[in-house]
Amino acid sequence: MSNKTDIGLTINDRKCTVSVDPRWTLADVIRDHCGQTGTHLGCEHGICGACTVLVEDTPVRSCLMFGIQADGKKIRTVEGLAKGDEYHPLQKAFMENHALQCGYCTPGFLMLAAGILESQPDISDEDLDEVLSSNLCRCTGYANIVKAVRSARDEMKTAS
Amino acid sequence: MKPAAFEYHAPKTIDEAIELLSQHAPNDGRILAGGQSLVPTMAFRLARPTHLIDINNITDLNTIRIEGDALHIGATVRHAQFHEPVCDGVLGHLLTDVVKNIAHYPIRQRGTFCGSIAHSDPASEWCMVSATLDATMVAANKTGERLIPAAEFFETVMTTSLEQEELLREVRIPLLSDDTVYGFEEFNRRAGDFAISMTLVTYRQKNGTIIDPHIGIGGAEDRPRRIKEAENVLTGQAPDSEVFLKAAKIAAETIDPMEDHTTNAQYRRDLTATLVQRALEKTKL
Repeated sequence: MSNKTDIGLTINDRKCTVSVDPRWTLADVIRDHCGQTGTHLGCEHGICGACTVLVEDTPVRSCLMFGIQADGKKIRTVEGLAKGDEYHPLQKAFMENHALQCGYCTPGFLMLAAGILESQPDISDEDLDEVLSSNLCRCTGYANIVKAVRSARDEMKTAS
Repeated sequence: MKPAAFEYHAPKTIDEAIELLSQHAPNDGRILAGGQSLVPTMAFRLARPTHLIDINNITDLNTIRIEGDALHIGATVRHAQFHEPVCDGVLGHLLTDVVKNIAHYPIRQRGTFCGSIAHSDPASEWCMVSATLDATMVAANKTGERLIPAAEFFETVMTTSLEQEELLREVRIPLLSDDTVYGFEEFNRRAGDFAISMTLVTYRQKNGTIIDPHIGIGGAEDRPRRIKEAENVLTGQAPDSEVFLKAAKIAAETIDPMEDHTTNAQYRRDLTATLVQRALEKTKL
């Protein structure tokens, strides 16, 4: 039953060719076969959001999609956020606002926020709260995450 | 937390998908649409399909259009497509109001309308909307198609009248006339959680009295359905708080609520009364 299929995906602008077993989730393919271990797996059943990545610039849970379904798709993970040595405004805002403690959920929050701020740069505080309620964080109590994403939103708007 | 092995098929046409389904359904072959419910059950190994027929590459299924007096929603139309009204008029707005209550933003980017209907979780918003508005399900197999009214589609928890070799190709929701008013209410303990109870109510008015009332309840019973006993309370009455309260009470008395470790039947009943009343009050805003 483990008939492997060759797929090609683009992760953070790098081509990655993998021979996948259909049962491998996209998260497993990204981590174990494309070497991008910044994406974290929390619950592995779509509740916690730690594994959120951007597929064709849209935030999705990479534990709820099979790697084989990402054939030909453009994937972005937390490793692709910084431009060289320059951190992404979201990463800076997370540091400045103490929006992480253990850091396990952080890549998921960053990619969720990156996806939403790109598609809706003017998103309201209220709508942002609703979007950020998607992911779980067990350390921060969320207030600082919300603060950081709001601050990054304002920063990215002035920069653009 | 890893799914068991399966064979993967990615047909490009509806015919191909139906052919594959008829071939593999007897051995627990399944359709994979958005995967936001199926993949978690596979991760828990509650489901171990031997074949998955991924319909995401079938462009003919990713269509949403008005035909006749109904909105036709194809099998791979995702929840997120309803974030903005998909059609003019009351129905488009109603669907946009409801979609925000479905799980969370990233889930809505993958999950599909028809997938929710086929999965038939009692707490599914789309299932309740379909039951309340008398939607029609279009089931396709090798010999053709059949139309299933919502009232005959939802049987019990995650059980529908869809045969294992049938693909839920489309759901058709009747358009709502411009004079239709509606109210939607859902209660859960955290944003994005499964509804403990929810309701959608719609009606029109003629000479100051209610006509064509629909009161649907979801999340409270083993399947979503219209509560005729409560609708009858509204028919022919002026839309005022007193009659709303009465209809809400009858709705709560009529249902047969599910019980679980955190929620007993009486709680769901009380909650349902409150939600129906609030939804009806919303129609006056």
